[in-house]
Amino acid sequence: MKLTSEFRNSKLAGGLLDQIRRHSRRHVRLMEFCGGHTVTVFRYGIRKLLPSTISMVSGPGCPICVTANADLDKAIALAHIPGVIITTFGDMMKIPGSNSSLQEAKGEGADVRMVYSTMDALAIAAENPSKSVVFLGIGFETTAPTVAASIIQAENLGLKNYHVLSLLKVCPPVIHALLDSGQVQLQGLICPGHVSAVTGFLAWEFIAREYGIPCLVSGFEPLDILQAIACLVAQIEKGEAHVESAYRRAVRPEGNIWAQNLLKQVFEPASANWRAIGAVPDSGLKIRKEYAQYDAQTKFEIKTAPPLEPKGCRCGDILRGVKTPADCPLFGNVCAPQSAVGPCMVSSEGTCHAYYLYGDPSD
Amino acid sequence: MPITFMETPVTDKILLAHGSGGRLAYDLIENGFLKPLHNPLLAKLDDSAVFDIGGRLAFTTDSYVVSPIFFPGGDIGKLSVCGTVNDLSMCGATPLYLSVAFIIEEGFSKNDLEKIVESIRRAAKEADVTIVTGDTKVVNRGCADRLFINTAGIGLIPAGVNISGGNARPGDRIIISGPIGDHAIAVLGRREGLSFSTSLASDCAPLNGLVAAMLEVSRDIHCLRDPTRGGLATTLNELARQSQVGIRIEEDSIPIRDEVFGACEMLGLDPLYLACEGRLIAIVPLEVAYAMLAVMRRHPYGKAAAIIGEVEAKHSGTVVMKTTMGSTRIVDMLVGEALPRIC
Amino acid sequence: MCLAIPALIKSIAGQEAEAEIGGISRRISLVLTPEAQVGDYVLLHAGYAISTIDQAAAGETLKIFREIAGIAEGWE
Repeated sequence: MKLTSEFRNSKLAGGLLDQIRRHSRRHVRLMEFCGGHTVTVFRYGIRKLLPSTISMVSGPGCPICVTANADLDKAIALAHIPGVIITTFGDMMKIPGSNSSLQEAKGEGADVRMVYSTMDALAIAAENPSKSVVFLGIGFETTAPTVAASIIQAENLGLKNYHVLSLLKVCPPVIHALLDSGQVQLQGLICPGHVSAVTGFLAWEFIAREYGIPCLVSGFEPLDILQAIACLVAQIEKGEAHVESAYRRAVRPEGNIWAQNLLKQVFEPASANWRAIGAVPDSGLKIRKEYAQYDAQTKFEIKTAPPLEPKGCRCGDILRGVKTPADCPLFGNVCAPQSAVGPCMVSSEGTCHAYYLYGDPSD
Repeated sequence: MPITFMETPVTDKILLAHGSGGRLAYDLIENGFLKPLHNPLLAKLDDSAVFDIGGRLAFTTDSYVVSPIFFPGGDIGKLSVCGTVNDLSMCGATPLYLSVAFIIEEGFSKNDLEKIVESIRRAAKEADVTIVTGDTKVVNRGCADRLFINTAGIGLIPAGVNISGGNARPGDRIIISGPIGDHAIAVLGRREGLSFSTSLASDCAPLNGLVAAMLEVSRDIHCLRDPTRGGLATTLNELARQSQVGIRIEEDSIPIRDEVFGACEMLGLDPLYLACEGRLIAIVPLEVAYAMLAVMRRHPYGKAAAIIGEVEAKHSGTVVMKTTMGSTRIVDMLVGEALPRIC
Repeated sequence: MCLAIPALIKSIAGQEAEAEIGGISRRISLVLTPEAQVGDYVLLHAGYAISTIDQAAAGETLKIFREIAGIAEGWE
């Protein structure tokens, strides 16, 4: 397929790997922040192809994995309210909250419907005027504009039964928190590619400036990741630290201004709860009061019990890049895809899921 | 007690009474099933079909609950015949007789039932199998998702044929009969909330003709399996475990249509886990692999057949894949249901 | 995170477009990329185009990869 398969070509990969091997001298730890990058790295066996000087650690860039139990419990509680239809991306269906999941709630009779887009959720609202449709808004800056657009569209169409439970988050504050904590030592960061399509790659400039860590914005094909690693190695070996984009075909320095304006119009920054990281100021997107009628948190009284965390689960340490799945005592025995304990195993782009699924063949 | 003759009420919907053994039920069986599926064994309408078969028998059953019941390239009726015909074929058996049992939700359209029975008739004709016995139940609204079908089938295995999931041996080649994932994507495109349009049709088809052609090349076929639920990856894992061997496949050699590839990219699905309903995986000794491939490619249901890998002695029970990029990774079984994602 | 793939715009009606991804088509929203034209490739995420794709940049990137791999132009 055009613009996809060319970026998976093995001959071109060989060239980039040679370049990495030729230049890499120092032992470095690189983090791929984004869950989608984690999937590419594992699915194409990139770690095994890199020289031993480079180790990679996965970061908390999986909006599914970082949704706190307390927040997911709210969505499940909403699902049980009579007359409510929950519309959600497929990613969230099986994620365990404190006691249940949306999939289980559906099995118990709640009206939970999987959608691919907020456009589909709006259509369900239009077709069911006597019901309240709540869209579960989970994602980062890539997804948030699509949710903002749906609220504007609901207003244009006069859809009074469409609401959003906004659990949307933004990345820069949590990267600050991660680097400030000093818990993970990094020499380079692969920055999220599609978030950057919205924010622009200059949004990561603070990482190089304040922390002296080189940053590369990467696409999601294996050649994109290899190019990003090659550029990071080049900067590290030269002792430089600045932000570069290796995803020129989709990311501009300033990003998508239309999308950014829409975000500012509909949302305002608020504190958000990140699993195992805790409350991070200004890292969440709250619906502005001008659009309060579309805000599920305003419209519904959501009652939940204090959240429960699964015992022994190390998702938090794994999300912060402090531990790997192999360090978790539950990994591979109690916690496996068919009986997942924490979100890092349930989510298709969770680090533990990728480790388990793509593993290390014995040869 | 006086017998009252009432005119059978004319209705375009299936009612509970259609399943309760009375006049309406009799009418349904006569006109809805017996007429279109007519054959001497079925016409007897005895409690059991009785027939003579000598030899080694294969016997299988499956239930069909697909939703939506009509999809591009087929419907639940066609699927219910092809699925059972194929299960028999995967042991090398010549499929002979099928039973068909319907569980119908009250209120189901008679028109739709007629279409489905017609699909069953056509599929049975193509597969050259006879429907010899059946059953109908009607349940209350809400107790079945429109229509469920169970089929069971009997077939005869020719002498010298010994096909089983445990027979794969190191050095064997693995052949897939056509592109993967067509059925899954054709059905997915019709689900609410995921609408996309495609000219793609389900690959649902009876494979006994293809298997018969393959057996003429050689009776020494080690394994046959159709990659239905869980797709190619799950089926290969099952075979690897059953045979206690390793399997190595090459991503670049797996046939896949552009539409399936595009849908997977859009929805974040891995084509290796998508169900096919008209494809088979054959594991055969190297000596016959290329001749087998040539014969398969001459058959309408094997035109795009390809050798996708081989069986190895190492990493027993595991499937590994050489990716497009040249690296190797493990391909595990599907766990749970693969859901479309945006992350 | 943020699965987004290249989609080709086949036709536009108001703020929506018919887009093609390798043989399947879907109605998508151009509300976030009002500058997109028929014939453009856009990055499609959750039913919305979030960016237009610079095909020239894609070509240049591939050219650089080919140079790194020591493969001459038009030779594979």
